[in-house]
Amino acid sequence: MEIPRHWRLKQQRYRLVGEVCQHCESKIFPPRDICPECGGEADTLYTFSGNGEVYSYTTVHEGPAGYDDSTPYTVALVKLDEGPTVTAQLTDVDEDSLQIGMPVEMVTRKLKNDGDERGMIVYGYKFRPRMAVA
Amino acid sequence: MTTLKPSTKLLKPARSVGITGYGVYIPRYRLPAQEIARVWAGGKAALPIKEKAVPGLDEDVITMSIEAARNALARADIHAHQLRAIWVGSESHPYAVKPTSTVVAEAIGAVPNTQAGDWEFACKAGTEAIVASMGFVGSSMADYAMAIGSDTAQGRPGDALEYTAAAGGAAFIIGPAENALATINASYSYVTDTPDFWRRENQKYPEHGSRFTGEPAYFKHTTSAGSTMMEALGVTAKDYQWAIFHQPNAKFPQRAAKMLGFTPEQIEPGLLAPVIGNPYSASAIIGLSAVLDIAKPDDRILLVSFGSGAGSDAFDITVTKEITNRQDKALKVQDYIDRRTEIDYATYARMRGKITMK
Ligand SMILES: [Zn+2]
Repeated sequence: MEIPRHWRLKQQRYRLVGEVCQHCESKIFPPRDICPECGGEADTLYTFSGNGEVYSYTTVHEGPAGYDDSTPYTVALVKLDEGPTVTAQLTDVDEDSLQIGMPVEMVTRKLKNDGDERGMIVYGYKFRPRMAVA
Repeated sequence: MTTLKPSTKLLKPARSVGITGYGVYIPRYRLPAQEIARVWAGGKAALPIKEKAVPGLDEDVITMSIEAARNALARADIHAHQLRAIWVGSESHPYAVKPTSTVVAEAIGAVPNTQAGDWEFACKAGTEAIVASMGFVGSSMADYAMAIGSDTAQGRPGDALEYTAAAGGAAFIIGPAENALATINASYSYVTDTPDFWRRENQKYPEHGSRFTGEPAYFKHTTSAGSTMMEALGVTAKDYQWAIFHQPNAKFPQRAAKMLGFTPEQIEPGLLAPVIGNPYSASAIIGLSAVLDIAKPDDRILLVSFGSGAGSDAFDITVTKEITNRQDKALKVQDYIDRRTEIDYATYARMRGKITMK
């Protein structure tokens, strides 16, 4: 059971809330309070647009505990439009349509049950092929 | 029994209100009704719809509500902090105890200065929340409130309900009429105790009182709600461009529309059961969203929901010129309908937890 951790991470998990560095304006995700670019203090919250593209990906056939009933699934490195790269599951995607550079967008989905079906449901970001607004 | 004058039956807020933004979500998977008939009826059954929308393994009422809410916010062009209520109507809330609405509020950035609550009334829980939002805004307690109807409906394998029980969500931001893409001129609710459909605690699948589902439940409530409101407003079907009724299948809303004097053309854009099934609390209001997607300023719309148990909420809506500025700000109903991945019954059984592993 990791309830305190899930609770603490909810903003970044539900809606990609990271930080922006006030010294060099780098956008930071996940939030870490120190800018990886300039080493300055960074604690101003910044909500990412959720748009990005697939940088690389791999398909998981045997998932760790909590993820084993959703296999097979694809995990990708997604390069966000604002700069940072995040690791996340892809969803609503067919394996044969996957490609590097594919535009994706953030959606909030069920990640896993904490423990078994009696535990809390953990929600968080995944990415899906971008559905353009006309 | 006290007899009310027609005009006093209407629910009309003191301050004029309307729809500031709306948005939907429909999952990508489709299960054809013919596939259910193949498994359970030797391929021979009268099919109530063409296919239904099925949620993926990582989707539930919370995730669908979040996406619908984000689309509604994009159209409303207000900040989530301006929402003073997040109300989610559903009969498939993921938790038995723990609100859906708080997770949705957190995910769209509406916390912490907001009301939140989950509503239940079979398929009309979403329109219940819209009526409450009208009161919340119409009394000037708040400027904006969000009402959501969202469901991942389940039917017992092989049961008639399994052909139509579908998934989807719709979110409506109710606000002052001055900033609305459509005004809600009035509503009216018609409710009785009718045992047409129910699910007891800890039961996975619902039961239905077969002979109660048509005349005394659906038709009595939808037509009473619609005709009473129209009579009180002094209008008839001819005064409306569009009408939307709750859609447990394709036939019921068509018949209810006809009983109230509406033509097939008037209900066509909002009649989605044939291609998405019945997403319960979201059914009528996804239909309304599809109509708003194509509506023009001054179009008048009748919306009538239905929830088993039983009751109907009727709404009289007039589209404003703001509609054209907001239709394209978020994904439309047709975008989600076009995103279609057909699945077979085995895949559906896995996705919907119909295969027991222990
Ligand atoms: Zn920096």
